[in-house]
Amino acid sequence: MTSAPQFLLHHDGDSVAVAVQDLEPGTLKGASVKQGTWSTAVLNQAIPLGHKFALVDHAEGDPIIKYGIQVGVASAPIKTGDYIHTHNMRSYRWEASRA
Amino acid sequence: MGSKPRLTGYRRANGTMGIRNHVIILPLDDLSNAAAEAVAKIIPGTMALPHAFGRLQFGEDLDLTFRTLIGTGKNPNVAAVVVIGIEPKWTKKVAEGIATTGKPVAMFSIEGRGDLAVIAEAARVAAQFMQDASEINREPAEMGDLMMSIKCGESDTTSGLGSCPTTSEAVDRWVAAGGTVLFGETSELTGGEHLIADRCIDDACRNLFQTTYDNYIKVIESTGANLLGSQPTQGNIAGGLTTIEEKALGNIAKTGSVPVMGVLKPAEEPDPKKPGLYFMDSSSAAAECITLMAAAGAVIHLFPTGQGNVIGNPIEPVLKLTANPKTAASMSEHMDLDVSGLLRFEYNLKEAGDRMMEVINRTVNGRLCAAEVMGHREYTFTKLYISA
Repeated sequence: MTSAPQFLLHHDGDSVAVAVQDLEPGTLKGASVKQGTWSTAVLNQAIPLGHKFALVDHAEGDPIIKYGIQVGVASAPIKTGDYIHTHNMRSYRWEASRA
Repeated sequence: MGSKPRLTGYRRANGTMGIRNHVIILPLDDLSNAAAEAVAKIIPGTMALPHAFGRLQFGEDLDLTFRTLIGTGKNPNVAAVVVIGIEPKWTKKVAEGIATTGKPVAMFSIEGRGDLAVIAEAARVAAQFMQDASEINREPAEMGDLMMSIKCGESDTTSGLGSCPTTSEAVDRWVAAGGTVLFGETSELTGGEHLIADRCIDDACRNLFQTTYDNYIKVIESTGANLLGSQPTQGNIAGGLTTIEEKALGNIAKTGSVPVMGVLKPAEEPDPKKPGLYFMDSSSAAAECITLMAAAGAVIHLFPTGQGNVIGNPIEPVLKLTANPKTAASMSEHMDLDVSGLLRFEYNLKEAGDRMMEVINRTVNGRLCAAEVMGHREYTFTKLYISA
């Protein structure tokens, strides 16, 4: 009987993961949906269910990868474990769409 | 998988199959809403479909309004239609378009007579249509007889993780059984449009898809607007989605793995001889999109949601599912299926698909979905440009 994951990533190698519970900072356990690989990750801030955090460091301008595909670009430097949302990530397709 | 489910529906004169048996009072234009609503009040069980347009439209925009009105009346979930318009010419065009199905249609126009005379006459006809419709019995149906549509809304990151992949399971099973499924939301493919292009059945389909997508995006980008808060919506952002690309990949996760058979204009019917998955050029706004899909003939809709969209449609039942446990708990009266267990690894995707199919089958056979019980009947036209 596997216990419930605290975060999920879509594909192994994604640069971000999704909180599937309301999470406090710390070391978390989670899994990838596609491959089913379990892993641990560090979270730096409290985030609610559904929100994302970084699995790797991103420099400003680095692609953000989810589903194994680029889903945005870092609009500020992002450290491993940092909360990711509109404050540090933006669309790479719709240049005018930014916080 | 067990034995094949027993499905039933209403066979229409032209051979199409519906799962509901509505008698509708269809206003041609905004001016005729009051008369249509009065008729529906006098004859309980009939349903008026008020809407905001139908006057001084022209060209492609007018064509789309006609296609939407006629398609709504032609939908196999509709047993009979009373059309009411301000003047007779366009009213007749819509009534005749619907009558090609062989179902009972009557038309009334208001100019020179006034609402009250029209209401009295139309109510008499509506009463007869109701009695006649009540004698149409359910017959055995196959999945291949029933057109499904899919569109998600107020998505969040749980949509891409749970409710959209569950929908995907149902799409693949529906198409494998010979059924047709419509998806759309043109702008909401941005960042993953190549995934859809790759699945187009041939080059003609692929080229049409790419042109259709490019034209829609050109309109959006030509405004130079900041879409953050519009697409993705404020609800999407509150649910953790940051960019259009991230939202699009979740959206695409609900479209199954089957090929894309064709590209449809808004409210255009797919080729009945070529079942399978079709892309419809459409807005990603829920009411607009589902209105167009119902006008193309869809009789049942699957609607994955994250933050809790409450959408319904007057013609086709809109089944809502969510993988967000907070939404499943806080908005339970709007949800038909809770698949949040997927996020807790309580069951796998195949089992979530089995649960989805069970709810679909019961809805096909007459169980009212949450949106029907809650009275959600959003009927919203897509406007392509200004009226004259």
